[in-house]
Amino acid sequence: MGPEAAKLIGAGIACIALAGAGVGIGNIFGNYLSGALRNPSAAQGQFGNALLGFALAEATGLFGLVMAFIILFAF
Amino acid sequence: MATTTEAATTSATEAAKAAAGAAAHHGGGLPNPMHQFEIIRYVPFKLFGLDASFTNSALAMVMAAALIVAFIWYAMRNRSLIPSRVQSVAEMAYEFVENIVKQTAGQEAMGYFPFVFTLFMFILVSNLLGLINIPGVFAPFTSTSHIVVTFAMAATVFIGVTLIGIFKHGLGFLKLFVPSGVPAVMLVLLVPIEVISYFTRPVSLSVRLFANMMAGHTMLKVFGAFVGALGIVGGWAPLLFMVPFTGLEFLVAFLQAYVFAILTSIYLNDALHIHH
Repeated sequence: MGPEAAKLIGAGIACIALAGAGVGIGNIFGNYLSGALRNPSAAQGQFGNALLGFALAEATGLFGLVMAFIILFAF
Repeated sequence: MATTTEAATTSATEAAKAAAGAAAHHGGGLPNPMHQFEIIRYVPFKLFGLDASFTNSALAMVMAAALIVAFIWYAMRNRSLIPSRVQSVAEMAYEFVENIVKQTAGQEAMGYFPFVFTLFMFILVSNLLGLINIPGVFAPFTSTSHIVVTFAMAATVFIGVTLIGIFKHGLGFLKLFVPSGVPAVMLVLLVPIEVISYFTRPVSLSVRLFANMMAGHTMLKVFGAFVGALGIVGGWAPLLFMVPFTGLEFLVAFLQAYVFAILTSIYLNDALHIHH
């Protein structure tokens, strides 16, 4: 297996990290929705926190994507 | 562009361009989605031996700054008590960032408001400039899709916030790493973890913005290439996906600016009010 093939396989494996991003984002918004259905008046005030949590959860998934790009293009 | 391979700051994108360019030249493949991140020197010049050319990235940053200044100046030229429509937009932007700073860091942190506002507006406009494509007139370029730009901003925030904390609290700043109410046995394990997580802040701050911008814009180009490749017959299918996805990219541009600003305020709050 040459280095080119190994890079492609490595980049593909590194993208598995995005599954965690999906789970985390679904978790955040699922909890936000269930909380909002119980207490609709307090939902609007916490929407900013929901967006912050979404961005932080997405960031960890994107760290994996950046590793994939590094493996693919910088080695 | 034989001289592009030596510039240290653009080595990742150039490696991307070289690798993908070599791979894509196999007889009329799809256009390369990584070409949009290529750095083009418009006015090459060297400063103290370092490459300080005026590039398309520098042009995008100058345009972002000029647009922000021109917009705020134009919106506030009358400074009427009852705002006109344009002045309302500028006031909404001001109040939006003011809410972020006040709610996370408190009233006394409003002295740092100009910094957070500048960060928010610059990142927002830089992100949006990568989404506007006027064929023949303006090719989109996102200066925040390069790690060097986002890391410069994140490093500024990190070093600035650390210095603010040290100047305000002196050596008491180190209490930031020692959460209160923890038994001494756990402190041995907890303090190194806290220190490490503190030092990963600039990394996560910069990589979050960089990865969102690069991945998002790459996806836009990839699906755009699909639309072109499938033509009239099948091109409506990726187009159907492209339209809401471009909307999502506008949302992400705004959201990433908001997250950068709010995390800056949170770190500022940590430095100004050390109470774990």
